[in-house]
Amino acid sequence: MSEQALSSFGTDRARKRLRRRRAADRRFKWYGRAAIGFALAALALLLASIFSQALSAATYHVVSFRIDAGRVVAAENTSGALKEVYDQVRADLFEAFPDASGTPAGRQEVSALVTRLAALPIAERLRASPARRGMEQVSLPLSDDVDLYLKGAAARQVTINFGPVAAEPTEDGQGVRLSGAGAFARLIAAASLEHANVTDVSFLVTGGRSTVRLTRLSADEAEGSLIAGTASEFGNRALCARIILAPQSERTVSDRQIAWALALKADGRVRRVPHWSLLTHTDSTQPELAGALAAIVGSFLTLLVTASLAIPVGILASIYLEEFAPKNRLTSLIEVNINNLAAVPSIVFGLLGAAVFLGVMGLPRSAPIVGGLVLALLILPVVIIASRAALKAVPDSIRQGALAVGASRMQTVFHHVLPLAAPGMLTGAILGMARALGETAPLLLIGMVAFVADVPRGPGDEASALPVLIYSWATQAERAWEPMTGAVILILLAFLIAMNVAVVYLRHKFERRW
Amino acid sequence: MFSQLGHLPMDFLLIVAAVILASLGFIAGRLKAETFAFAGEERTHSRPNSHGYYVLMWALVPAVTILLAYVAFAEPLSKAWLRRELPAGFSVLSRGELASYLDAVARAAHIKGLVTGEHVFDTVTTRYDEILGTVNLATLGLVAVLSGVSLAWARARLGPRFRARVHVESGLEWFLFLCAALAIATTVGIVASLVFESMRFFAVVPATDFLFGTEWNAQTNAAFGALPLFFGTFMISFFAMLVAAPVGLYAAIYLSEYAGAKVRAVVKPILEVLAGIPTVVYGFFALLVIAPAVRAGALWLNTSLVEWGLAHGPVFAAQPTSALAAGLVMGIMVIPFVSSLSDDVISAVPQSLRDGAYAVGATKSEAVRQIVLPAALPGIIAALLLAVSRAIGETMIVVMAAGHRARISPDPTSDLTTITVQIVALLTGESEFDSPKTLSAFALGLVLFLVTLVFNLVALGVVRRFREKYE
Repeated sequence: MSEQALSSFGTDRARKRLRRRRAADRRFKWYGRAAIGFALAALALLLASIFSQALSAATYHVVSFRIDAGRVVAAENTSGALKEVYDQVRADLFEAFPDASGTPAGRQEVSALVTRLAALPIAERLRASPARRGMEQVSLPLSDDVDLYLKGAAARQVTINFGPVAAEPTEDGQGVRLSGAGAFARLIAAASLEHANVTDVSFLVTGGRSTVRLTRLSADEAEGSLIAGTASEFGNRALCARIILAPQSERTVSDRQIAWALALKADGRVRRVPHWSLLTHTDSTQPELAGALAAIVGSFLTLLVTASLAIPVGILASIYLEEFAPKNRLTSLIEVNINNLAAVPSIVFGLLGAAVFLGVMGLPRSAPIVGGLVLALLILPVVIIASRAALKAVPDSIRQGALAVGASRMQTVFHHVLPLAAPGMLTGAILGMARALGETAPLLLIGMVAFVADVPRGPGDEASALPVLIYSWATQAERAWEPMTGAVILILLAFLIAMNVAVVYLRHKFERRW
Repeated sequence: MFSQLGHLPMDFLLIVAAVILASLGFIAGRLKAETFAFAGEERTHSRPNSHGYYVLMWALVPAVTILLAYVAFAEPLSKAWLRRELPAGFSVLSRGELASYLDAVARAAHIKGLVTGEHVFDTVTTRYDEILGTVNLATLGLVAVLSGVSLAWARARLGPRFRARVHVESGLEWFLFLCAALAIATTVGIVASLVFESMRFFAVVPATDFLFGTEWNAQTNAAFGALPLFFGTFMISFFAMLVAAPVGLYAAIYLSEYAGAKVRAVVKPILEVLAGIPTVVYGFFALLVIAPAVRAGALWLNTSLVEWGLAHGPVFAAQPTSALAAGLVMGIMVIPFVSSLSDDVISAVPQSLRDGAYAVGATKSEAVRQIVLPAALPGIIAALLLAVSRAIGETMIVVMAAGHRARISPDPTSDLTTITVQIVALLTGESEFDSPKTLSAFALGLVLFLVTLVFNLVALGVVRRFREKYE
């Protein structure tokens, strides 16, 4: 029998079977690699999409104006000063684009380049130093729609630069005729590639401060109406044609606003600058004015409350369970409880907070103190479990040594075991705090989602928190909020990464093998 | 002067009082101990500091108890007092209206010198302020008297033979126990608040209507059939597990059986990063990237199916937010929950089992599939159960990417709503829990708590028994 069996390994059937089995083995290994690849790719996609959003919000466009500071300082209150600044800004814009400023609709279109509220920080700053007189150079953010257009995020567009052509005003004086042999061939080629033509989407040709919207286009000649500047500016200079591949009715920024923004840019009055106001402003209804300062402070206050409750209580509880608890049913009940609490959905803690802290105790809504309490209960099991692991890692010989020289159990724990377990406890506490920092759902239920325009000054004030700010910005309809949300997510992730780096550092520094 | 004292921030005053009493207690105890400790006539049992700590402890106990009681009960008590004094005209207000009126009064009373100009409101607010001042004064008085008595009693007990250290240590042990018992208090608090509010809800809406009704329209207090929410929760968790179970499991198998130490050291922490990213970030990702992609895919399928002659009209709903998008992203989120626990249990399977399999000629994958996985099965099931529980209770992803329409639809590209989405939708911006609308959120919370509790308990039990088997 054995001889038969042995020889059967050499048969073709056996070899084939072995090949099949080995192929199955390789396949199995590749499934594992594919699974890990999928997870890593998902993570990479997530981070890349957030980074690309945040990158676009890292800078924004501001327009500079010259403001008569004396008139602003003379206003009797802040809203008067705001009106004064904005009136001057508008007057400046009307002067720059006189042909649009004749009609109310045109004036409104021009004023929409800068939001009224954008003047508030300037007004406040000027009022803060009443000694100022004379003209001051100030910068105001462009409205979010125009800003998005200039960043190339509002609509898909094709840009073609072409050389000098002859330009002459049309007979009615409202338009420009550009002509040059074959000058527009590239433009036509690009347009046909995108299936675009001048009757459906906007073809804008810009020269210097002037822009014309084409109404007719052939290889040698193009004609259109002026929407900014003068016809004389087009002659004998490099021109830039933009095909904006979305009709005006589907955009939040009009052709004329684009032309004005380009004119301001040509003057050097529109600049792209770092978006510091993301860190120094509080929440706003206007994306270009909004910032995360109030939410950062709110998160900080909330975590302060959480830390001052969860860390001491968690550490003391773990000391009890690990060092003192008798083995009885009450102790095992507490242990099961803690393990189970760690897996209770966070939103249930929010319900607890809403019912007990708000309902029964009547603590203030939307306040960091309540948010901090709820999060403290939420991360308590995390802190306890980590601290217990740290205590377990301290070898028994330490305890026995202390007891042998006559220390009481309390002295053994607090003088000898606790200092050795402290680094491990600290890393557990930091990880718990990181979890608390990213938690959103419980905060929604205790009302920390309210719009808060002031920086909270104490844990009893109304406040928002970073993750809640992300939620409320992400669910806004306007496109401009998307990059802003990405930027705030990066701020949040930066805090989380800092916490985790601290954990890795502490582990590395204090790691000890017994 | 005393009436002024009653209007300072009370929490702060009480904490200051506790600190002062504690210091007084320590000094009093230590001074007395020094008189007999340094007299040298008799060996004392405990060192002077222990005596100090003993008196400190007894001075603190009443102060802290009263402080906690004050935080919990001062405002409800003052409101109840005020309500008794309100003129008869207020009886036209319903319970909820009265409660929110009193809330407004309480808020106004906290802002010093606020005058709204509305005579009745200002009068009520002033009266509330007076009542609160009285309560505060009474509390401070109570703290002073009780702590003083307690301090004096403790000091009187001190003596050379008094075992102060032992008493302090047992007091400390009690305090440690109380900290540990806070976990039980939290659970009790959760269960009590959920059950209590749910009972009020079920008094209005029969439990069977809630559990088996198919129409949900809670925003208008119209219909409370939660079946569509259960269905949505199930569908989205199902999609999540469709992603997380195979990916997590294969990743765990690869990491524990195939990968070298270097790969493990790099890949494992990166997988853990997935668990550390806040869920609101996943929600944003779902909203920004996955939901539009799912929609585009569904629209493409709709037209393609018609082109291929497989359908006559659009098959998929292709909503801007969809169950599939939320499920996919949630699946990515729970991958580490599956992989890390599965990795642990697979690594815990004894090497001898693998060696036995190799000895009879099994290939590596055969050993894994036919020996290691069956041995680790209980742990893997537990990991999957914990992941399901996590998916059911997950809130932000579904709030942002799943939708608000309650319906039962097998179409993965339609927007479904879940238990957690509805809890958030019903309670955001609400301060009074008295309408069926807000109370239904607590009933949903109870269902959520019970379901996840069962999953967790089963999973934890399985894991414990698995550990006992191999360790």
